[in-house]
Amino acid sequence: MVDNSEFDDIPGTTVFTAVRSHQGFHLNQFCMSLMKPENRERFKSNEGAYLDEWQLTAPQRQAVLDRDYNAMIANGGNIYFLAKIFSSDGISFQTAAASMTDMSVEEYAEMMLHGGRSPEGQRSIKEGR
Amino acid sequence: MARITAGVTTSHVPAIGAAIDLGKQGSDYWAPLFEGYEWSKEWIANERPDVVVLVYNDHASAFSLEVIPTFAIGCADDFAIADEGFGPRPVPKVIGHPDLACHLAQSLILDEFDMTVINEMKVDHGLTVPLSLMFGQPSEWPIKVVPIVVNVIQYPPPTGERCFKLGQALRRAIESFDEDLNVQIWGTGGMSHQLQGPRAGLINQEFDNAFLDNMTENPDDLRKIPHIEYLRESGSEGIELVMWLIMRGALGDAVTQLHRFYHVPASNTAVGHLVLRAAAE
Repeated sequence: MVDNSEFDDIPGTTVFTAVRSHQGFHLNQFCMSLMKPENRERFKSNEGAYLDEWQLTAPQRQAVLDRDYNAMIANGGNIYFLAKIFSSDGISFQTAAASMTDMSVEEYAEMMLHGGRSPEGQRSIKEGR
Repeated sequence: MARITAGVTTSHVPAIGAAIDLGKQGSDYWAPLFEGYEWSKEWIANERPDVVVLVYNDHASAFSLEVIPTFAIGCADDFAIADEGFGPRPVPKVIGHPDLACHLAQSLILDEFDMTVINEMKVDHGLTVPLSLMFGQPSEWPIKVVPIVVNVIQYPPPTGERCFKLGQALRRAIESFDEDLNVQIWGTGGMSHQLQGPRAGLINQEFDNAFLDNMTENPDDLRKIPHIEYLRESGSEGIELVMWLIMRGALGDAVTQLHRFYHVPASNTAVGHLVLRAAAE
């Protein structure tokens, strides 16, 4: 039996396994649909109605409306699929990434300019390294 | 006969493509990054390869979650540019080399690497940003491209060892193609980065620089890195580095480093770039 328990030991990280891919299939396929300009227009003009066309769970649907990327990921979203949402919103990858952390967009950008988030203490919760 | 003359690795950050397309290469933020590719652009203009076998990953552009091939090879005449949510990048379409690609697909499958064959595909920033970094903004790309697409989106990607061995098989396959072609192999993606969750923004310069060292000095160590180590050390998206090992496996034992560049940050990512001369046949 595959054992993915060690992924839970990595702080602040979700690994997109086949199980999560199954869980998030319709959410991620909705994201793919935003690659077509006509779909982006329909989504922007009435997000709720557009989302009703997809078999999303209530938490998935709410997370999209809230643009809560951590909640989307917790419900099976994958960041490369979710990128279609923030690209449609005209938001950069860095701004979207910052929204998933406890930092402001400015603080996050400053951290990246100074070499990014240090791996110290970010490798393993159990081992504290 | 076709021969592999050199290998290139580079990150393929989408924001780099946007910076080029919007004419921001000279800005304070971007200039240091593009300076790192000046040597390479001059070098490749003199090398004049015929074909680049370009290893990259699709980012939910050509492949949805309907079908997830681990290794795929593009055999089409040409490849259109994908619309990733903000319109296609304004770059020339990518011209394939179907004769070589079909030869490689058949050779690799019979050599026990079960490639998925692609006859139509749009290509995204993973393939076009490396072309832009190496060739700038020409009206048409000066090379033909055989895309090799690797799944690094859904866990697990292929192991580093498997990627390295695919590279070795690619070399055998390329060297058995009758036409006299100057072929380069590029491995793209990486280096350390994490784009998701509270740990987003992770960069590990020590890990990255050791990886760059070992691409020339000790590739056997890189082949053994388990996935969990990439995830812990180089961020959830740093695992893209397995694609570099396909390039490295194809270059043979003794390679010469011609150029090396490392820069932090490009958006959320550590950018690494190598130009390696392939081992003599």
